[in-house]
Amino acid sequence: MNSNDSLMAYVLRLADNALILGQRLVELVAAYPELEEELANANFALDYLGQARMYYTYAGELEGMGRSEDDLAFLRDENEYRNFLLLEQPNGHFGDSIAKLVLFESFYLLQLEALVHCSDTRVAEIAARAEKEIRYHLRHNTQWLVRLGDGTEESHDRAQASVDALWRFTGELFAPDEVDNVFEAEFEGPDLFRIREQWQKNVAAVLQEATLEMPEEQWMVSGGKEGQHTEHLGFMIAEMQYLQRVHPEATW
Amino acid sequence: MVALAISREQVMAWLGDVADPEIPVLAITDLGIVRNVTIQDDVVVELTPTYSGCPATEVIEQSVLDALHRHGVENVTIKRVLSPPWTTDWISEDGRDKLREYGIAPPASGGSKRELLHGNRDVACPRCTSLNTAVVSEFGSTACKASYKCSDCLEPFEYFKCI
Repeated sequence: MNSNDSLMAYVLRLADNALILGQRLVELVAAYPELEEELANANFALDYLGQARMYYTYAGELEGMGRSEDDLAFLRDENEYRNFLLLEQPNGHFGDSIAKLVLFESFYLLQLEALVHCSDTRVAEIAARAEKEIRYHLRHNTQWLVRLGDGTEESHDRAQASVDALWRFTGELFAPDEVDNVFEAEFEGPDLFRIREQWQKNVAAVLQEATLEMPEEQWMVSGGKEGQHTEHLGFMIAEMQYLQRVHPEATW
Repeated sequence: MVALAISREQVMAWLGDVADPEIPVLAITDLGIVRNVTIQDDVVVELTPTYSGCPATEVIEQSVLDALHRHGVENVTIKRVLSPPWTTDWISEDGRDKLREYGIAPPASGGSKRELLHGNRDVACPRCTSLNTAVVSEFGSTACKASYKCSDCLEPFEYFKCI
């Protein structure tokens, strides 16, 4: 894999992660029982969609085939998506969504902090912008996980079940493959082993404050980075892509 | 082609009349999102987005084009600049006064990372200047604002959050 291919593949993963999580959050718009959380969720979704647009635009330029951000978002099939499996999991209840966000954003923030110092200027610039947004999200979502875990017996048990159910999808975040390795070597990209160590420390601290147990080491499911997804992604993108598939090239 | 017979200052003054679509009392120059203006064969305006997903970005770019066209400048190029990322520290003093008059508490200067990590500073009520205020929500009607209420005059207000 040459360095341009690796860069394109790496940026596309960042884009797919942001889009798929953003789309999951969009599904929750107008569904929150509290106005404040409704606003928070919509803000998060907007940040992710904005980040996705910047990554896709760049990925399209790197590919050099004239594909736009919309082509990449709306005209690819399920097996062409490179997002983490964690992010395509259904929203479930509020605790599930919060647990998913805390697990992912604890990783993504560390990834962005490293990307700010990578040697590709464009990625570094987008990361610098995104880092500020994700830091703000994570503070909010962490507070919620602590409140749920350290809340009532019911909320504690449900938050623990959410963390336990999602844990098996976290291994993929730190399992470097060729794209990660080439990106790290050629573009001073993130060292996933170091990120994993820091992530475990940070997540352990949050779980402890939330009076939740850190799940045991276990078998981890992976495949998202290679396009092998859980059954949930297909349904999700079918809804997301409907308009572009039925009315190709429709614009506002 | 000859260089255009207009100055950078003139262009900045025209941009001072372009309002932010979400907070119309603020000009885009007050907001600190006009990163640079250069004049050669055409006028190049460098703009920076406040947030990645700010829905106002495209509207602002169109407003800049419209404003310069109105003043007879035909060749305008808009460049989107991401680095360094926009911070609330770039909102001008004048902009802060306008925000306060409009009922939005301006962001504390020099906030950024520190505030995000260590909780909020004192936020003064834009109506009665009391510091006895409380967060209602970390989020507000737009990505750039949080919701507060004043415990003295009891008015709710928005705070332009620090990033």
